Amino acid sequence: MSVTLPPANGREVQRLEPLLEPGHTYASVTDKIAAVVLTRPLGIGWLFGFSLAFVAVMILFVAVAWLITKGVGIWGINIPIGWGFAIVNFVWWIGIGHAGTLISAILYLLNQQWRTSINRFAEAMTLFAVACAGLFPLIHTGRPWMAYYMFPYPSTMGIWPQFRSPLIWDVFAVSTYGTVSLLFWFVGLVPDLATLRDRAKAPYQQVIYGMLAMGWRNSARHWHRYQSAYLLLAGLATPLVLSVHTVVSFDFAVAIVPGWHTTIFPPYFVAGAIYSGFAMVLTLAIPLRKAYGLEDFITMRHLDNCAKVMLSTGLIVAYGYFVEFFMAFYSGNKFDVFLANQRLHGPYSKFYFALILCNILTPQLLWIRKVRRNVLALFLLSLVINTGMWLERFVIVVISLTRDFMPSAWGRYSATVWDYATLLGTLGLFTMLFYLFVRGLPAIAISEMRELVAHQAHAEEDRT
Amino acid sequence: MTEHRSHTYGIMAEFESPEQLLAAARKAREIGYKNVDAYTPFPIEGLAHAIGFRWTAVPLITLIGGVGGGLTGFGLQYWCSAISYPINIGGRPLNSWPAFIPVTFELTVLGAALFAVFGMLALNKLPQPYHPVFNVERFGAASTDRFFLLIEARDPKFDLAESARFLQEMSARFVTEVKDEE
Repeated sequence: MSVTLPPANGREVQRLEPLLEPGHTYASVTDKIAAVVLTRPLGIGWLFGFSLAFVAVMILFVAVAWLITKGVGIWGINIPIGWGFAIVNFVWWIGIGHAGTLISAILYLLNQQWRTSINRFAEAMTLFAVACAGLFPLIHTGRPWMAYYMFPYPSTMGIWPQFRSPLIWDVFAVSTYGTVSLLFWFVGLVPDLATLRDRAKAPYQQVIYGMLAMGWRNSARHWHRYQSAYLLLAGLATPLVLSVHTVVSFDFAVAIVPGWHTTIFPPYFVAGAIYSGFAMVLTLAIPLRKAYGLEDFITMRHLDNCAKVMLSTGLIVAYGYFVEFFMAFYSGNKFDVFLANQRLHGPYSKFYFALILCNILTPQLLWIRKVRRNVLALFLLSLVINTGMWLERFVIVVISLTRDFMPSAWGRYSATVWDYATLLGTLGLFTMLFYLFVRGLPAIAISEMRELVAHQAHAEEDRT
Repeated sequence: MTEHRSHTYGIMAEFESPEQLLAAARKAREIGYKNVDAYTPFPIEGLAHAIGFRWTAVPLITLIGGVGGGLTGFGLQYWCSAISYPINIGGRPLNSWPAFIPVTFELTVLGAALFAVFGMLALNKLPQPYHPVFNVERFGAASTDRFFLLIEARDPKFDLAESARFLQEMSARFVTEVKDEE
């Protein structure tokens, strides 16, 4: 991350833009963020967006119900392509879910103050993305009601899960990630829930936020233990977030399929996950700050920093693509060489070129400061990058599986309407959950913003 | 004084800035108050220290959770694969420990995180629906922009009039008695 924090000496401070527009007090940040939840009436824009997302969720229900009725045959998958959209979408969603914990944990440990106004909704985004991701392997089994087979429980059959399989590692990695992200998010929320409880006027709000706040009373002793636990959680979540996409990449890399069996997969998957996660943070942050007038808190400097993180992780991803090609030819393995050529000239080459365009070429615009400062350009670029990351997973899953070793076992893949309906449905689910979150919980961490106000007041004093 | 059974829980002072609160907390410790607590809208560096709270068990609890989670993770896999249902596949070792590392790692993190969060909540005695400080009407501002210092009645040095005078001298904006209703 290429950001310099303002150190105590005055000159450096003046060069950087503030993380919070000047003139804010403890009360004004609290009022502004809490008002979004407590007092602001539902706008027509919210209702419209929510309704659209809700329709998509209904489509998801239909698609899943039909899937359970008929089986996975309604999808485009067939041997040799047993994975298809379900796994593409799973990896895509779980990748998006990486930015939240990265922002909350790693940037916290690195003492990056700009995480403060974006960590809360990024963590929420993580949870919703993990929920969407988890759905896919579950329904991909075809018999989701048997999913408990994957957990080690003492069954009458006397058998256990295969702990040497990356697919079981995945079960543990994703469920641990989901749980720890939820804990991290909730711990961060407790003081803010207490703030909402203290400000709530309507009785139902007082009851709901009061119960969720668990009687938090801002005691200095509580804060002390709280900060200790929060720091430890950040330390624990940091290796965890790196491990999750590593384990997901093992699903591929441990197999011997050409194009999958490479050691570059874990780091390049993690970089890709952060890349797409930050793209999604921008996709959400830009409309959010506009709709609720939060430009004072989510400033251009935040967007600029996110853009820089995208640029640097995007370059790591580009390096990953390069190494894949290089190793294929360098190894001299004829299946690997063949697969590399398939990506360029095979039946799915247009996906590969679209991927290069979306993930490598277009994001180079982020080198230009004017682009990083243009909200609309950033929004469009974030959509392009997320499309690119989806294409990347499509290329990895489909090209390798359609043409592996024996030409007699080759096949083709095309998605059916149910595949698209499920993808659209999870997009709707994600959006709907986010719409509910924005109105039900503070989208920006209020107590941390108050801390930022105090920090800025101190920085101001040091300067004068 | 109200008729029904209520007694004094302590005396509370409201301050405008963290610096004033910090100074008052330090002074209170200095002149011998032991049961002091402070309430602030965000964590303030040095405040816990100033009210005489130094050591927290949260890191130790987290360590125990992590070690326990890791041992459980590895033990589970070893027991399942080598003891409960051993399958000999081409003479490969039953205790193939490198393959057990990912799950061991995940359960280490899970155990530590669960212990950290629930340990912190348990030490803070949360959830706690009722606490006497909530009886003070102005106390809601502790979650916005006011900083409170509380001297508890169980403090041996506590004296309603004397302690109130002390807090007033510390430039408190407002001093009030905290009632505990039974």
